[in-house]
Amino acid sequence: MKSWPALSEEPKPLTGRPDVRGRFGAYGGKFVPETLVPALLELDAAFEGALADSTFRSELDDLLRNYVGRETPLYEAVRFSRRLGGARIFLKREDLAHTGAHKINNTLGQALLAQRMGKKRIIAETGAGQHGVAAATAAALLGMECVVYMGTLDIKRQALNVTRMKMLGAEVRPVASGSCSLKDSVNEAVRDWVTNVRDTHYILGSVVGPHPYPWMVREFQSVIGSETRRQILDREGRLPDVLVACVGAGSNAIGFFHSFLDDPVEMIGVEAAGLGLETGKHAATLNAGSVGVLHGALSYLLQDDDGQIIEAHSVAAGLDYPGVGPEHSHLKDIGRVRYVTATDREALRGFYLLARTEGIIPALESAHALAFVEQLAPQMSKDSLIVVCLSGRGDKDVAQVDEQTEVAP
Amino acid sequence: MKSAIEAAIRRANQQGRCAFIPFLTAGFPDRSTCVEILVELAGSGADVIEVGLPFSDPLADGPTIQSAGKQALDNGVTPEVVLEIVAAAKKRMSAPMVLMTYLNPILRAGTETFAARARKAGVSGVIVPDLPPEEADDWLDAAAKHGLDTTFMIAPTTPLDRVAGIAAKTSGFLYYVSMTGVTGSALVVSNEVLAHMGQVRRLSRVPVAVGFGVSTPEHARTLSEAADGVIVGSALIREVQSRQEPGDAVLAAGRLAASLSAALYRPNGGNVTN
Repeated sequence: MKSWPALSEEPKPLTGRPDVRGRFGAYGGKFVPETLVPALLELDAAFEGALADSTFRSELDDLLRNYVGRETPLYEAVRFSRRLGGARIFLKREDLAHTGAHKINNTLGQALLAQRMGKKRIIAETGAGQHGVAAATAAALLGMECVVYMGTLDIKRQALNVTRMKMLGAEVRPVASGSCSLKDSVNEAVRDWVTNVRDTHYILGSVVGPHPYPWMVREFQSVIGSETRRQILDREGRLPDVLVACVGAGSNAIGFFHSFLDDPVEMIGVEAAGLGLETGKHAATLNAGSVGVLHGALSYLLQDDDGQIIEAHSVAAGLDYPGVGPEHSHLKDIGRVRYVTATDREALRGFYLLARTEGIIPALESAHALAFVEQLAPQMSKDSLIVVCLSGRGDKDVAQVDEQTEVAP
Repeated sequence: MKSAIEAAIRRANQQGRCAFIPFLTAGFPDRSTCVEILVELAGSGADVIEVGLPFSDPLADGPTIQSAGKQALDNGVTPEVVLEIVAAAKKRMSAPMVLMTYLNPILRAGTETFAARARKAGVSGVIVPDLPPEEADDWLDAAAKHGLDTTFMIAPTTPLDRVAGIAAKTSGFLYYVSMTGVTGSALVVSNEVLAHMGQVRRLSRVPVAVGFGVSTPEHARTLSEAADGVIVGSALIREVQSRQEPGDAVLAAGRLAASLSAALYRPNGGNVTN
């Protein structure tokens, strides 16, 4: 049997571990109410201990292999590539992971950690519902109580995932404050955590929030990139030219990019331009935001002149967030990753293009990455290699996409 | 520099009282009524007044202060307006004012600029609930330069070895969060919390004021000997929310404040040691 990729690799010089203050360059940190500071210190120590513990790692590796179905395939999308005319395009099939997205890599890791810390209850926020489903799944598997906070707007547009969470035994608590979407669900989850911190672990779903979350979630998601790197080398005998992933808060992208940071590989993160950057109705934090503190970390965010957070907009609930992981902010500033955008409409076109050429219905989030590839691939030579992180499957989105009749082919 | 906030709390203690520190969201229920309520609170026994800057994502606050903040934001209350309200109220009272704000509005203005403006408006100290001391160096420099106190928080979950470090950095007073929870939650004062608060008080060179969930004179009485000051926010806001007429709201807030501050006289006078 193939040796399993290590959960935590040797620290990378460019952006390995955050520093002692939990910073990636200038970004990150731990900007939270005092009640949570001891819990974060405890979590940091527990995660450190778990990384060094071969029992924890083999338990997680076993679950990833036999329960999640890793490794996920690296599939060459020949008809999609031919249609675009240019580079050869490969898809890292996180959509084939159990529960239908990369989110399960993180929730299993954190739920095992919570169990190790003696926590009886887990809470989570969710936007598209993929993280909520993955958290509910991990909770069911490990016999833990699970509460998921979800905005009322998202409950409406991702009804399938709400049903799934309930079937898995989780309680879905609607959040009707603010924009009624992901940002507000995080606020509500943090309020629950502040209240129940002694017996509850908060499974944050992305590389955001206070230290150690951005680091910990990245470590759990870096299996995506470490598998991809080995798969493409096995198959093509060389590294890809370009990696493309969608970026909301940024967990699939960081997990995908991380093993390649020291390689001569171009990386592109695709943010949601919503109705267009010029309309102000978007979620393009890195492209159109400025630096501030939201949900416990210093990073780029969408804010007004007074420092109030602006509501994001994207057709993809999982990208509809006015913040972004602090490591992405660092990677942007040092120029290691290029961040671009795709509009709602472009994403919908990418969604249909993949469905019609490959028989794969992608999540609307991942469709943003495909939309950018649609522009990029034709400009590249036929022997160049693009790998796209297909972070999730689109079953949850079919009703919503079906309503957008003007984009249907 | 002598802290006006610390002095006001100590003065109350010398008079045999636990200091009374009411909280109100700036611009709630509207700008002018807010100023009137603040003045009324000062005339109803408030030793220090805490004013909240409304923020879009107040993650340490419960539903009451969230809704007051949202109402203020919907009414166009910006940080500039908040400071106008503070300045207008401050002209009519002697009690020092503390500004409670989340960190992002400070960062957006720039720490130096924000501190200078706050001081100019008459603010004596600042509380930033999402700024723990280990992240606070930049802010502390700016605050010190402009003569502002910075009050840090201690929670029931804060271990004693951490308390000492926080107590060393706080000024004006030390804010003891009465429970693991958000503002306005139901308060149950346990023996564990009272014991922890006692230990915190022994480690602090400045007064310790307790807040979160304090809503009745009974609560105030229970806490009056365990702390140097008591902070009441959500209960006052609920009182204001329950009145339709601005004039009624002002009087109702004043009545609740008077009953709370009366409950803070210590049965054994000023002999509580610190």
